[in-house]
Amino acid sequence: MSSTFDKVADIIADTADIDRASITPESHAIDDLGIDSLAFLDIAFAIDKAFGIKLPLEKWTQEVNEGKAPAENYFVMKNLVARIDELIAAKTA
Amino acid sequence: MKLEYFQMIDRVVAFDREAAHLKATSRIPLESPIFEGHFPGHPLMPGVLLIETMAQTSGYLLLGLNNFTKMPFLTKVTSANLRRFVGPETPIEMEATLLHDGSGYAVTKAKITSGGKAICDAEIMFVIQPFPDDLGEKMRENAATLGMDVRVSA
Repeated sequence: MSSTFDKVADIIADTADIDRASITPESHAIDDLGIDSLAFLDIAFAIDKAFGIKLPLEKWTQEVNEGKAPAENYFVMKNLVARIDELIAAKTA
Repeated sequence: MKLEYFQMIDRVVAFDREAAHLKATSRIPLESPIFEGHFPGHPLMPGVLLIETMAQTSGYLLLGLNNFTKMPFLTKVTSANLRRFVGPETPIEMEATLLHDGSGYAVTKAKITSGGKAICDAEIMFVIQPFPDDLGEKMRENAATLGMDVRVSA
C-alpha cells in the first residue's frame, strides 16, 4: 500500500491503541476498528498535523447524515487514504 | 471567580482575533465551600478547577473566533501540568492560543500564571457544535459581562 496508508495506519494504531496488524485497506474505521467519534477527532488532529491538511469532517458528516454519500466513502481505510491524497494534491497544486 | 457556579473568569482583558489569542484574569476567592474539603484548614484551589479555568479561557477564545456561532465543548485535556499550589485571594492570569483549527473541532494551548510564575498549562481539545437552544445568546451575554467585545467581525 501507499506511504499515506502506512502513515495513517500508524497514526490510528498509536492514537486509538489499535493493533497495527489489524488495520488493512478494507478496514472500516468505525465498524471494524471500533473507533468512536471522539477518538476519531484525535486521529483527525494527528492526520491534519502530519499532512498539513484539514480533513473536512463536518462536510463528510453532513453528507453521510443527509444520505448524499455512504459512510464507507470516508471511513473505510482505502477510501480515507484516497481522500487524504486528494487533499494533499489540492494543497500542493 | 465563583467556584460553586463554575464562574472561573473575572475579566477578559484582551482578545486578539488575528493572533487567535485571549487573555483573562481572575482572583481565587477568599472563601468557598470547596475549600472546606480541599483541604480542611489548608485551602487550595483544586487542580481540576484550574484545568476548568483554562478550558473556559480557551472556550471564550473559540467563541470569539467563530463570532459566537457555535459552542466549543471540552473533549480532551493533554499534557496538563499543575506546577504550583494556588490558595485563596491569589490573582491569576490566563492565556489561551489557538493551536489548530480543525473541521468541527479545535485545539488550544492554555496556561495560568500568577505574578509571572507558571501555575499550570495544558493542551485542550474541543468539539465544536451548534448551540443547543438559546445557549448562544447566553454565552454572548456572559462574554459581554466579562468585558469581551462580542461584536460580530468578518
